[in-house]
Amino acid sequence: MAKPLAQEFFKGLWDEVPPFRLVLGLCPVLAVTKSVENGIGMGLATTFVLVGSNVLVSSLRKVIPSKVRIACYIVIIATFVTVVELLMQAYVYGLFLKLGIFIPLIVVNCVVLGRSEAFASKNGVLRSLLDGLGIGIGFTLSLAALGAVRELLGTGLLTIWKDWGLAFDVFGPAYQPFTFMVEAPGAFVGLGLMLCLMNLVPKK
Amino acid sequence: MREMIKMVIVLTILSFFSGGVLAYLRNSTQERIDNQVLEFVKGPALRTIFEGAENNPIADRFILKDGDVEKTVFVAFYEGNPQAVALETFGKGYGGDVGLMVGIDLKENKLMGVGVTTHAETPGMGAKAKSDPNFVAQFKDQPIDKPIKVTSDGGSINAISGATITSRAVSAAATEAGELYNKMKDQITTEANKVKKTEATKKEK
Repeated sequence: MAKPLAQEFFKGLWDEVPPFRLVLGLCPVLAVTKSVENGIGMGLATTFVLVGSNVLVSSLRKVIPSKVRIACYIVIIATFVTVVELLMQAYVYGLFLKLGIFIPLIVVNCVVLGRSEAFASKNGVLRSLLDGLGIGIGFTLSLAALGAVRELLGTGLLTIWKDWGLAFDVFGPAYQPFTFMVEAPGAFVGLGLMLCLMNLVPKK
Repeated sequence: MREMIKMVIVLTILSFFSGGVLAYLRNSTQERIDNQVLEFVKGPALRTIFEGAENNPIADRFILKDGDVEKTVFVAFYEGNPQAVALETFGKGYGGDVGLMVGIDLKENKLMGVGVTTHAETPGMGAKAKSDPNFVAQFKDQPIDKPIKVTSDGGSINAISGATITSRAVSAAATEAGELYNKMKDQITTEANKVKKTEATKKEK
């Protein structure tokens, strides 16, 4: 009962979108979504790790002994995370400073380990690649969406990617910022509201 | 038993490759990362001190050896010549070391300006040393042959209110930079003249 390949990709965008449907990996979701830019950066870093580790885990799934599989997954994931960390330091240092500790913490993000354990260790390389890509992009979009809500209400700005000039002052200078939204409690409220909205849409 | 050996072998090989990949990547990105750190940590202070410089002082730097201590010295060009240098010194602040980038005019032997790079001072109090341009502006044109002090110590620098310790740390760091410069002046001047000018990459606004 092999599902069509496209479905492995698209399920990550809605049916199994990590923060809202699986409710996994909430630590970075709450912590870094102060702006759209942070959300996108964090999401892309996670996507890279997800795709890399999914592909490697699934191609090694017959070699890895089941008793030490978690240790093997962690070695693989940690390697990819360090790669991302070094690359971010070398090319987007400003964003690296803002995301700070949350980049190395991708190692323990349960979305990544969860996909390795629940999907990549049981499926072929191509399916795992699509799965990682789908879940990763879904994660990025969720972070960006939550970041957009919080940034818009909290500062009145919308920073999509500052280096490319994609930063907008949406509400103009007269807007009184609702700073609560960019503080930590605002993350919980924002996430809760988005979860609520997602649940209003009935599952298929 | 066989299974156990397999576990050991798989994990060893995996770690071996992981280590290899990371070591390679680290070596190949090291230089870029160093430049980025300089750009983001020291860059803002350097650009304020050397406003209107013709080159990019971050790229035009050399290492100065003072005994065992190595100092990075940044060179700024004005009117085609190396006119000023900047080096970083540290003063003991309220929350640890306060890093200060000190710019010195080579011809007139006085401070061109200073800028705080790293600090752990109290936000709203000592942290003003970095955020309040009026405080560091007082260091411009100070002579380097005598210690720079805050007014309560008999000097001419108005301390940040509520943050005398931080103000003293900044003054001490500026003094130290002056002393170091006086001691190593010949070496600094020779090295600075050797530095090839790179055109400024970022235009000022």
